[in-house]
Amino acid sequence: MTTATAARPVTARRTTDRSAAESRLATKLVAPAVILMLLVTAYPMLQALYLSLFRYRLTTPGEREFVGLNNYTTALTDSLFWNDLFNTVVIMVVSVAVELVIGFAFAMVMHKIIFGRGVMRTSILIPYGIITVVSAFAWQFAFSLNNGFVNGWLSWLPWISPDTNWFGSHWPAMFAIIASEIWKTTPFMSLLLLAGLSQVSEDMLEAAQVDGATWFQRLYKVILPNMRAAIMVAVLFRALDAFRIFDNIFVMTKGAQKTESSSFLTYRQVIEQFQLGMGSALSVLLFLSVLILAFGIVKLFRVDLAQARGES
Amino acid sequence: MKQRSGLGTWVGFALILVWCLLPVVWIISLSFKPVAETTVGSPQFLPKTWTIQNYKDILDNPDFQHALLNSFGIALISTALAVVFAMFCAYAIARLEFRGKRLVLSLALAIAMFPVVALVGPLFDLWRSIGLFNTWPGLIIPYMSFTLPLAIWTLSAFFREIPWEMEQAAQVDGATSWQAFRKVIVPLAAPGVFTAAILTFFFAWNEFVLAISLTSTTASRTVPAQLSYFVGPDPFNPPYSQLATASVIVTIPVIIIVLLFQRRIVAGLTSGAVKG
Repeated sequence: MTTATAARPVTARRTTDRSAAESRLATKLVAPAVILMLLVTAYPMLQALYLSLFRYRLTTPGEREFVGLNNYTTALTDSLFWNDLFNTVVIMVVSVAVELVIGFAFAMVMHKIIFGRGVMRTSILIPYGIITVVSAFAWQFAFSLNNGFVNGWLSWLPWISPDTNWFGSHWPAMFAIIASEIWKTTPFMSLLLLAGLSQVSEDMLEAAQVDGATWFQRLYKVILPNMRAAIMVAVLFRALDAFRIFDNIFVMTKGAQKTESSSFLTYRQVIEQFQLGMGSALSVLLFLSVLILAFGIVKLFRVDLAQARGES
Repeated sequence: MKQRSGLGTWVGFALILVWCLLPVVWIISLSFKPVAETTVGSPQFLPKTWTIQNYKDILDNPDFQHALLNSFGIALISTALAVVFAMFCAYAIARLEFRGKRLVLSLALAIAMFPVVALVGPLFDLWRSIGLFNTWPGLIIPYMSFTLPLAIWTLSAFFREIPWEMEQAAQVDGATSWQAFRKVIVPLAAPGVFTAAILTFFFAWNEFVLAISLTSTTASRTVPAQLSYFVGPDPFNPPYSQLATASVIVTIPVIIIVLLFQRRIVAGLTSGAVKG
């Protein structure tokens, strides 16, 4: 725990005057950022909460009809809402699980690489830096029936026919979307895990090895327990990130074959159909889902997040 | 653990390179295929005939030129402003004692996790009524707000490592406090600020949901949004080779930044997240 106070010169004696002045300065420094963040999140969120109680179409501005919780009951009884939420959860769970496994393997390799670290870092950052829309185009075309390489390259697998139409039905299309998501963010996951891995004590590992622990025992008894905080941060960030998946779906299927996500449904209500009331209700539901998800993950790993990230 | 790299490590190394670069090579290959080759059923990986016609077409396309200009302008302005605000905030968090420090960090955390789409409706409505819809500031303001959390964390993690005592030491040696700050602290802080700027730029360069929701013409549409509307004359057969070409062009700045600053980007991405 190196708190901010520890970094301060010990000679500076703190009088109440001084700390009050310091506190005033801090307020001035922090205020612009906080105001900006609140302006673009808190205000619209409250506005969404308010608008969700109305039937409000932008095509007929000025006509707001108070409908109470009607938008919510309509949404929650619509099978489309549940279909899209289900898709979102499937995408999130599969992506995070696969990324965690592959990302960990990548991190183990990167940890051992001595030569070529620069090459490694450069290539690993390219998927992270590339525009999602661009990677979605690349994958859409790679999976396309007649022009992509995927069918050609995978046709040796017994269950994949060389003329598979990936975007012709639900699960294959979902597979293509998830593949593009996993491709893009696995390297990011591996970087976070690598940072965690490099903090596992070498002495402890050597001691375990001397005591005759097998590779698996070292992994389960030493490496993974010591990386809990790193794994949690990685899972939390990726899960919440995957939960708002939008770009890939917009580019690859435009929501066809029932591949819409919750974000996509919300977007469509607001921007394409101008149903601001209904869209706002969906926004609120989306926000609640994210809150529940975040809370669930933090509880699951039992780590105080603000402490893990900020204060310690 | 760090003995010499074994065979398995090298196989792993090769696999990682293939994983990271395969789709990129694919899109570069597409960009050199003639339009006809991408519409008639030609699944082969490399072009049968190579052409640079796509690059000529795309660079001559006024919509693409506008989008590129918008993307650069909006991303650079958002980055500059966000980093300045984040610097103030991170300095206070790392250096000063004040109540609500934890609250600020939690707020930033909450915003970093926010589903951006949830704000699109109210922002769309508000921007239209105050005239920010389809303008540069209409995207810059939300981009600043959404990149602030990442920038604040990266910077506050970085600032905490700076030995602030050196500032005092310089003053004891006769420097004014401004001189001490400028000559001692600024050079130490610069790499962190720079890293935060790169990450912020990546975000703004990448952002898509707001870019398609809060714009309507090429006056403010950024490259990701423009690409998604890029259909050409036949909507059922979008000119994929040209799309690929545009994609390669917008990826070039990212690759240059990554090549030059990979070490700092990795440090920035992981410092806030893991070291805390």
